[in-house]
Amino acid sequence: MSSELMIEMKNVHKWFGELHVLNDINLEINKGEKIVICGPSGSGKSTLIRCINRLEEHQRGNIIVEGTELTNDSRSIERIRGEVGMVFQQFNLFPHLSILDNCSLAPIWVRKLPKAEAKEKAMEYLKRVQIDDQAHKYPAQLSGGQQQRAAIARALCMEPRIMLFDEPTSALDPEMIKEVLDVMVGLAQGGMTMIVVTHEMGFAKEVADSIIFMDEGQIVEAKNPKDFFDNPESERTKTFLSQIL
Amino acid sequence: MSAANKEIRPPVIELGVMGWLRKNLFSNWYNSLLTIFGLYFLYILIPPLVNWIFLDANFVGSTRDDCTNEGACWIFIQQNIKLIFYGLYPTEELWRINFVYLILFISGVYLLIPNLKHKGWVGAFLLIVFPIICVVMLSGGLGLEAVETRLWGGLFLTLVIAGVGIVLSLPIGVMLALGRRSKLPVVSLLCTIFIEIWRGVPLITVLFMASNMFPLFMPEGVNFDKLIRALIGVMFFSAAYLAEVVRGGLQAMPKGQYEASQAVGLTYWRMMALVILPQSLKMVIPAIIGSFIAIFKDTTLVLVIGLFDFLGIIQFVGTNPDWLGFSHEGYVFAAAVFWVFCYAMSWYSQRLEKKLDTGR
Repeated sequence: MSSELMIEMKNVHKWFGELHVLNDINLEINKGEKIVICGPSGSGKSTLIRCINRLEEHQRGNIIVEGTELTNDSRSIERIRGEVGMVFQQFNLFPHLSILDNCSLAPIWVRKLPKAEAKEKAMEYLKRVQIDDQAHKYPAQLSGGQQQRAAIARALCMEPRIMLFDEPTSALDPEMIKEVLDVMVGLAQGGMTMIVVTHEMGFAKEVADSIIFMDEGQIVEAKNPKDFFDNPESERTKTFLSQIL
Repeated sequence: MSAANKEIRPPVIELGVMGWLRKNLFSNWYNSLLTIFGLYFLYILIPPLVNWIFLDANFVGSTRDDCTNEGACWIFIQQNIKLIFYGLYPTEELWRINFVYLILFISGVYLLIPNLKHKGWVGAFLLIVFPIICVVMLSGGLGLEAVETRLWGGLFLTLVIAGVGIVLSLPIGVMLALGRRSKLPVVSLLCTIFIEIWRGVPLITVLFMASNMFPLFMPEGVNFDKLIRALIGVMFFSAAYLAEVVRGGLQAMPKGQYEASQAVGLTYWRMMALVILPQSLKMVIPAIIGSFIAIFKDTTLVLVIGLFDFLGIIQFVGTNPDWLGFSHEGYVFAAAVFWVFCYAMSWYSQRLEKKLDTGR
């Protein structure tokens, strides 16, 4: 596999007021790599990936995405957001638009695709996540699992080179988790660069190239899945694993 | 056969007209008492009112002497209808107003009929071309004789003021609301000051300022039309109220909607126009229409600066020596017409809400 550097974080710090949410984060992610981030709640894992597309602002250090450094310059932010897709815990579909319009909105207005082409492409991605039959419904008419798959399709319609997942299955009923994970596994097998914040350890074992354990704003441990589960070094990782496995 | 298998029907007392009456009007002693009192109240109120307005009223004739019956003298309204509807607008030019009404009516009906094509174009015509037609047709120009605004009056003037106020105040209100929530401190401060000043002042004061104070600040010889000054006053007054209504809607939007829009790469204005405003305006439709209705009724205040709107002209007509003593008829008529317009807005708002409902 080529080792083209996609995301680089160097000495990244972030504070929410007094709270040091990201403490000296260093991370390099190559093209096609799948990273799973786990850790107790409040450990900064969501904040970390939200910094990558500037939903949160980091206060110190450098974040470089595909050669573009994230700064206050809105052009750098726009360029990076165009390359990075994101899936949220609460789906965040646009409730006033049909599923199809949810997916074609950004391609039409950001990518400037002709309407027909954008919708065609949206249908293609909706088919890939197997909800093309729901394309003309509104989000509220879909189940949680369907909504999350629609949200994945919406992100994919921008043809991102990197996908961020922020606890994509945490708000789902148990019987719907699998359908979303299946889509994500398919995406991983297609070679997408992915960063996934999740507690689905089965998924982590199956697809992750590396699992990162975070606690109190720091990366405590980063290892391939086998080592991560079989010989975790830090006590905190061991405690965490014993609680969730 | 056990009892459980038998069909169990609800008690008879719960069903039918008797059940309904019992449940809703006579459920206990004080509700029964209130029901009886209410019925008695309607009994003493409704029949005399119906008699006065319809049964004993006078409909045919041309002078006050034709009003021989006990009830209302609708001849008063009939004989003054031109004044009441058009003010002092020259009689031979009335077709111009009617022409504008006709265009408005046709486009309005077109927009109300579901599933017609090119509604966007009709809407754009109403918002962009129609105002130009209005200005030319109503005030003159392009070969049409000029009609000074001091001759405008009656229901026509009310519709002009309310229409301009409503149509212009919504976009201004939206911009003010966005400005007040802006991250740029100067923009936010200016919008807040603007909103709070206009909201803190009664409309009647705004109108007095517009008509009496404003000319003092203008260089000699510069003379703004009084109607335009009043329009600007009404517009900003209404915009300030709408801004707060819209801000309420913006604040009710979940943060996730902003984040999702940003994550797919929408810029601020696109995010607002495509995702945030369509949802937040939808949420506050009832309050927006409430503001519109309030502004429609508040136009009656322009009387204080010497503009004769619908209500003003009815009062004025009532002081005509030929028609003294018919103010009741005038007020009842005014109330009825105001109610029709306000109810139409209310009805439209409910229709719009149903139509736009996509669930959450």
